[in-house]
This record gives sequence, C-alpha cells and structure tokens, in this order.
Amino acid sequence: MSKSALAPQLSRRHFLKASVAVGGGLVVNLALGSGFSAAAADFAPNAFIRIDRKGLVTLVMPQVEMGQGIYTAQAMLLAEELEVALDDVKLEHAPVDESLYGHPMLGRQMTGGSTSIRAFWSPLRMAGATARALLIQAAAQEWNVDPASCRAEDGFVLDESGTRALAYGELVDVAASLPAPAPETLILKSPENFRLLGTPAKRLDTPGKVNGALKYGIDAFPDGTKIAAIAISPVLGGKPKSVNEQSALAVNGVRQVVLTDDAVAVVADHTGAAKKGLEAASIEWDDGPNAQVSSTDIVRHLEQESQNPGAIARSEGDVTTALAGAAQRIDAVYQLPFLSHAAMEPMNCTVHVREDACELWVGTQNLSAAKLAAATVTGLEPEKIIINNHIVGGGFGRRLEVDGISHAVKVAMQVDGPVKVIWSREEDIQHGYYRPYYYDRMSGGIDEEGNPVAWMHRVSGSSIFARIAPPVMQNGVDPDGVEGAAHPPYKLPAIQVEFNQVEPQGVLTSWWRGVGPSHNVFVVESFIDELAAAAKADPVDYRKRLLSENPRALRVLELAAEKAEWGKPLPARQGRGVAVQFAFGSYLAIVADATVEADGAVRVTRIVTAVDCGLTVNPDTIAAQMEGGALYGLTAVLYGAITLKDGRVEQSNFDNYLPLRIDEAPHVETHIVPTAEPPGGIGEAATSAVFPAVTNAIFSATGKRVRTLPVNPEDLRET
Amino acid sequence: MAFSLQINGRAYTVDVDGDTPLLWVLRDVLGMTGTKFGCGQGLCGACTVHVDGVATRSCVTPIESAAESQVTTIEALHTVAHGKALQDAWVELEVPQCGYCQSGQLMSAAALLKETPRPTDDDIDNAMWGNVCRCGTYQRIRAAIKRASA
Ligand code: FES
Ligand code: FES
Repeated sequence: MSKSALAPQLSRRHFLKASVAVGGGLVVNLALGSGFSAAAADFAPNAFIRIDRKGLVTLVMPQVEMGQGIYTAQAMLLAEELEVALDDVKLEHAPVDESLYGHPMLGRQMTGGSTSIRAFWSPLRMAGATARALLIQAAAQEWNVDPASCRAEDGFVLDESGTRALAYGELVDVAASLPAPAPETLILKSPENFRLLGTPAKRLDTPGKVNGALKYGIDAFPDGTKIAAIAISPVLGGKPKSVNEQSALAVNGVRQVVLTDDAVAVVADHTGAAKKGLEAASIEWDDGPNAQVSSTDIVRHLEQESQNPGAIARSEGDVTTALAGAAQRIDAVYQLPFLSHAAMEPMNCTVHVREDACELWVGTQNLSAAKLAAATVTGLEPEKIIINNHIVGGGFGRRLEVDGISHAVKVAMQVDGPVKVIWSREEDIQHGYYRPYYYDRMSGGIDEEGNPVAWMHRVSGSSIFARIAPPVMQNGVDPDGVEGAAHPPYKLPAIQVEFNQVEPQGVLTSWWRGVGPSHNVFVVESFIDELAAAAKADPVDYRKRLLSENPRALRVLELAAEKAEWGKPLPARQGRGVAVQFAFGSYLAIVADATVEADGAVRVTRIVTAVDCGLTVNPDTIAAQMEGGALYGLTAVLYGAITLKDGRVEQSNFDNYLPLRIDEAPHVETHIVPTAEPPGGIGEAATSAVFPAVTNAIFSATGKRVRTLPVNPEDLRET
Repeated sequence: MAFSLQINGRAYTVDVDGDTPLLWVLRDVLGMTGTKFGCGQGLCGACTVHVDGVATRSCVTPIESAAESQVTTIEALHTVAHGKALQDAWVELEVPQCGYCQSGQLMSAAALLKETPRPTDDDIDNAMWGNVCRCGTYQRIRAAIKRASA
C-alpha cells in the first residue's frame, strides 16, 4: 500500500487508558484511531492488554497472523516494555472494534502493506510502558517509597535495594485504581536495554503448527455445523440457469441446495457429500455480459491505451528534451500477468445467522470490511455482527477482500444453524481478486559516459484504490500503481512517471503480496539493468554510481554483492543478477544466481539478500520473510499467470497454476545491516525485489532480456 | 454405509458412502482437523496421513479402501518413529510460517525417515516433492529433516 496513503495518520495521537478489568485485574486500553474519545475505551469488554490477579498477561492482538510472524512480534513489543517473559504473554484475536483496534496507519482494522511493525512499534510499547509505570507506582505506594526508586523485572516490581518484591498479580487491583500516566511522560526503553527486541525469540504460534492443534478458520466447527460446497458463476456477472436439485438431494448426506444471485451451494453433513451433491446438481450458467472476455483482448486493449499519456505522478526536469539530446535512447515494454494468491488454506467462512445476530468464524486480514459485508448482506446492524477471527493459512492479500464472507453469509441466510462454506481449490483459483495485469512503457536516455539523462515510465493497468478508496487517488494517479516507480533510488536528472488507469473487463483485481512495488520494482530494476548494458557497465558498478547520494541503499547493495561474490566468473549459461529496492520503509538488495538449461528451463540456485529494515524486532522472522518472500516472487517469475478465455479463468489447480516445489527452491541467505533507524516493513520486500534479480540473472546467463512475465523457456533455448 | 476404522490406535465407526475421501471423514465426521485440505486432487500434500505407515493423500483415498488399515494423523505424529524428533526440529528451526501445509510436510517427512533414516538431498526432494508450501519454508524443511535424522 502506498506510503502517501498511509502517512497522514502516523501522527495521530494514541489514547491510553487504564482501568479495572472485568473480574479484577488491570486493563490498559489504547484507542488507536483519531477522533475516538478515550472514554469510548471505558466500555470495552475486551481491552488491549489485561493483567489478571495471577499475573497472567493477555494481549488482544489487533493484527492477524498469516505466517509473517506478527503474532510473536506484537507480544515481543509488549513484553519488552512490560518487563515480562515472552512466554507469559497470552494472545487473543481482537473482536471487530475500530475504535479500539483500528490500524494507526490504515485507519481500519486490517492487516496489510507490511505495516504491522511500523504501525504498532510505538503504540504497543507505550501500552506496555503504561502498565509498567502503573504497577511500579502501585508498589511504591504500598512501600511508601518514591516510584523512581523502584524497578520492574520479570513480572515483579522490586524496591531500590532489591530486597522487597511484589508480583504483578498482587499489584493489579491497586494499579487499576491509579490514573494512567500521560503518554508524553512515559519513558520507553532505549534500544541498548532491550532484552527481547532484536533477538531471535521463539515464535509463540509454532508449537500448535507442528501437532495439528492450531485452529484455522477452516477448522472451526461450532455445534451443529453443516458443510456447504459452493460453485460461483464461472463468468463474472453470470447467474445459475438450471440446477438439478433432485439429483443433488439424492446424494447420501446432502441436506439442502441453496441458490444465491451468482452461486449454487450444496449443504451436507460433510464436505465429501457436499462436493458430490454439487457435481450431481449439473449446474448450467447464464454467462451474462462477460461471456466473451479473454486475456488476449484485455492485453490488446491495454496496449492501445498505453499509447495515450497518463496522469502525471512525477515530473522533474524536461524528459522530452533530455531524451532527444541523449547519446543513446532505449525503449522497452514490460508486461506482468494477472496473478492468483493461491494461499494454502482455500477460501472458507463459517456463518451462523440467527434472528438478531450473525456470527462468523473466519480468518481475515480485514475485519472492518468483513463486518460491513456481513451487515450489508443480512441487513443487521453492524453491532450485531460477531466475528471470531483466526490465524490465516496464508493471506498474501487475498484475505483483504471479503467476497468469500459475502458469499458465505448469503448461503447461511438460507440455512438453519451454522454452515461452513468451503471453496474447492478450483473455485479459489478461478474466483480470485487478481493482481492486475500491467503494461508499462519505458524510455531512457544515457549520455556519452553512460549516465542516465532521461527516464520515462508509463504504467497502464487497473487501479485498486480507485475501487476501494477513491479519495486516495491523486489527480488520476493511483499511489499504489506507481509505488516503486515514482521514486527510484537512483539519481535521475530528468524523470517522468505516468499512470494510466485501464480497467479490465470481467476481471476483479486487488492487492497481491508486494503490492505496487512487486510490479514496479521489476520494471525499474530491469530497465536500469538495460541502461547499464547500453552503457557497457557492470550492473553493480552502474547502480553504485547512481546511488552516491543514497547511503542506505548503497550499503545493502555493497553487502549483497560482497556476500554473493559478485564479479566471480561463472560458467556458460549461468548468470548473476542484482536488484535494489526501497519499499515498505526498508532497503533491500538481492543477488540471484540462475542457470538456464539448453532447453530454456531456468533454475535459480542461490538468492542472497541484504536488508536494512531499521531496528529489528525478530531477526529470525526477518530471515524467514526473506526466504518465503523471495520464493513467493520467484514462483510468479517462473510460472505465475492467470489467463481468461470465454470469460473463464483457464487455470484451476496446482497442476496448471504451478507452485514452486522443494527441488526447485534455491537457498536464500539473509544479511541484516544493523541500524538504529525506525523499523521498516519486511513481509513483502523480498517478493517484489526478487523478480528483477532473477530476470537480470537470466540476462547475464543468456543475453536475453525478459520483459514479459512469466519467463517463457521457449525464448531462452540455446540456439 | 458403515465402515470401521483404526485411527491413531483407536477404533471408530462411520456411516458414509464408500467413495467419501478419508480426509473429510477425519475432518468433518470425526473432528480431527489437524489434517488439512489444500487441493483435493493429490497435488499439494496438505492432507497427508499414514495408511499402514505409508504417506498417503487422504483427499483422494476413498474410505472404503482405508477401512481395514491403520491410519495415523498429525495428532499422533509424536507416537510414530522419528515423529517427536521431527516436531522438535521443526520448532527449533522455526520451520512454519502460516503453518497450514506443515501437518502434511511432517507426515511426509516421518514416512521418509522411516524408510531412509539418513536421507540425502535427493531423497528429501523425492519424498517431499508432493508437499507444496506457498509460504516457501522449503529450506528450513530440508534442514529440519536433516537435524531430526542426525
Ligand atoms: S489436499 Fe490432498 S493433496 Fe492436496
Ligand atoms: S507454511 Fe504456509 S503454506 Fe507452508
């Protein structure tokens, strides 16, 4: 998500409030959004942090865990300031309540854009420090000493000499009766005193992930749950035309056939029967107005539209004149396909619609939208929507959309009792909100020395912000559409960046891991490589020349190059490619090694990452995100493409929307640059940066520039 | 139709059609949700269980073909050879990200170590090829298998 869209809320004031917990103990509330009064927090049944009389700390976590490690990181931020062991913090999923749990940068209650650490770094530490201050004050009162002479340690408050100690559990009732200290008087720990932050602390969610105990949304079975298999119109906007209900109902275990405006669901005792019933229903569809849609036409349309000037996202210097006067001019077109998220946990949602309420069991990145969707479908007041959020079996942006929730609630409206609506993998891949298809035109000019004198980048593609948050659009420019393009890290004397909003017919688009940068960084870092080649310069040397005024970017580039042994000669058909990125508040350089077989097959054998993401919370999680993020991007570079024909998505399962498998997975190395800068985001960084590192490595191995993704081995055959 | 099953050392009887995949019997009928659904076509390995000690995709295993067998699921992994060692290695090396694929990964890994207690990289590739991880935890899976086998 774009920085500009997120920036303004950063300065919002955080309200802290301490009070007595229901059933005794201390509660610290933290109203994150602006415009909410501290008083609203008084009535919160579940506050942010609770400490009970046994000293048990509960963190009601606003951000959802989907593999990125935020579950543990949030607990670390709190435990650090509260002076408790990490294992002493218990986590609960937050209910939907924007006034309490709204995201400080995004406003809504959602998880996305690699923002969780950046957004909660300060509020969670402040909440911990508030509780710590109150507990110290309570102890000081008890001993009749100056609070400044006491200290907190491992769940206790100690007096000056360390001889007297009171456990947090013994202090909570008094602490809860004290006024909360003003936020500006709070003293946060300084980084040299961190005992948890910056250490590879063990993830709190791992044990339940190795014994089958952890419950994802798909594992929720409230009493009496029936299962529904769903078929959504294969063409966007289509409707069911005929359904053989009798055959479906004849299947053993099938209870009901439900029709909605654009889907058919078969409700049964178990998924096996539901799927069998759905097949027996032999549904025929009325395809509607998108019956003719094809990706070939969509691309042709984009190609035409991309010839028109776009809205100006950035313009500095006179690009036209500079291009005309350049010693060499380079033009190129880059194309990136529609992509599915294909998270391992298929879309699912369990819903119980009662007369006066609607309860959901789901894993979502977007609680705010989930609530609204359920309220809209049922016509109930938003307060009547209860959401039990779950750890997500892979989000990658897909669970920011709530179409799965709307479909499920529509079905549940017609079912007596709770129903779990579960999508097959085929439904999941064919009814996505896809990463947009982008068609980018680049023109660059270099002078006699090879230095860039002009840089022109025109993005054409779908705008997600225009759909979900029109006010974020700036004079026709989608900040996400040009994120990673408008401000390349390099010194470019004349630059023009344009955005052309072109919506594809019959296809829904949305966020995909890496968002704007996962498209733009591929284009920018490929094109810089093209300029380097035109200048007959080494790709690392060329970038270094242009990064002289960007020390953090330069440092990660140098580190990655050194660790990857840049410059060491490679055998024929092997190559090394580099990419540098500043996105999500973090600097990252990646060097990829690739081998291109005689038949054009590409094997990536090693990925070296060097990252400066400011102060670190958990370096092992950073490494894991580098590994996983890089492989997610690599999969897309090699295989990812969603195409349409006759209005239908042509891919359906893992045999034609290929995932990377263990034998193809390169080793990913992570090198972290220690800095004292504020923390940056990390969950998406490697995904976006790996695209050009790989295609630049292919260029180095074969001399062939990959400008259209995914890689086509046919083009890379040895001739 | 009623089928008698042995799962994790206990006997169960279920009344479903014979072509019902074992996966849905485990998850929906018996409430053992540790075994996951990923693709339903034998393409991802998320649903891997042991049937008579052999790693098996439960999403494409009709209940009638498993009725006479011993089924072991992730919930009882710690009781099979190498199971506990694998779980420990998984925790030590922080293998899981979203974790959704990991039940299947662990069940495949346990079947591998049973046959090949000291697997080479090629052995690991062959045994684990069918288990997809969209979070990209493969290098830690490889390292954890090696650690558990050491
Ligand atoms: S769910 Fe069985 S192999 Fe994918
Ligand atoms: S850990 Fe998420 S799919 Fe493997």
